[in-house]
Amino acid sequence: MSTVAIDKTIDARGMACPGPLMNLIGAIRQGQVGQTFEVLSSDEGSKTDIPAWVAKAKHELVEVRADEGFSHFIVRKAR
Amino acid sequence: MEEQDKPLSLVLFSGTDDKLNAAAVLTVGAAAMGRPVNLFLQYYALDAFRTGNLCADHALSPEATDAQAPVVRAHPGLHWSELLKQAKDVGEVNIQACALSMDMFHLKHADLDPLVDGVEGVAAFMASASEGQVVFI
Repeated sequence: MSTVAIDKTIDARGMACPGPLMNLIGAIRQGQVGQTFEVLSSDEGSKTDIPAWVAKAKHELVEVRADEGFSHFIVRKAR
Repeated sequence: MEEQDKPLSLVLFSGTDDKLNAAAVLTVGAAAMGRPVNLFLQYYALDAFRTGNLCADHALSPEATDAQAPVVRAHPGLHWSELLKQAKDVGEVNIQACALSMDMFHLKHADLDPLVDGVEGVAAFMASASEGQVVFI
């Protein structure tokens, strides 16, 4: 279990690439700076897409954690 | 200009759902990563963008085998038109119809879905592409 406080969880399990990333982008655009978002994704593409987008968009990838058949991506809105 | 900041310009020629979907995935990915994207609709791809025609069955390309076609059709990903809407929402995406193809099929801008931003000639498209890649699909 993560010890990071989560402001919003996006359950994108079962969605095809690039759905989980697009849902994260939508949530971050509506969120406040400093808020933390968790994406649950079973899409293999998310493992590369979400870190690449977070770096490009200059947010913070707090944690990536594998679970059973999916991964947790925790991202903090930095700007 | 860094490679990752240059525009990505796609020429959409094929009007089958699989190729339109592949193009839409590239578009939404590039837009999400902050690259301007130009789409130039020619020939059979242009026909798919007629008003009321986006979600019609545009079949699959000839390289889809009998075994692959049902797998492609059953995949739960978003429709290509929805991906293009997402791309426009998150980034800078300019969709232009090729003036030559418009003339060939006797189409006017008003005959096209609002996803299409305008009609332009090939020189204007190449000007938009500037130093970025041009990909033909």
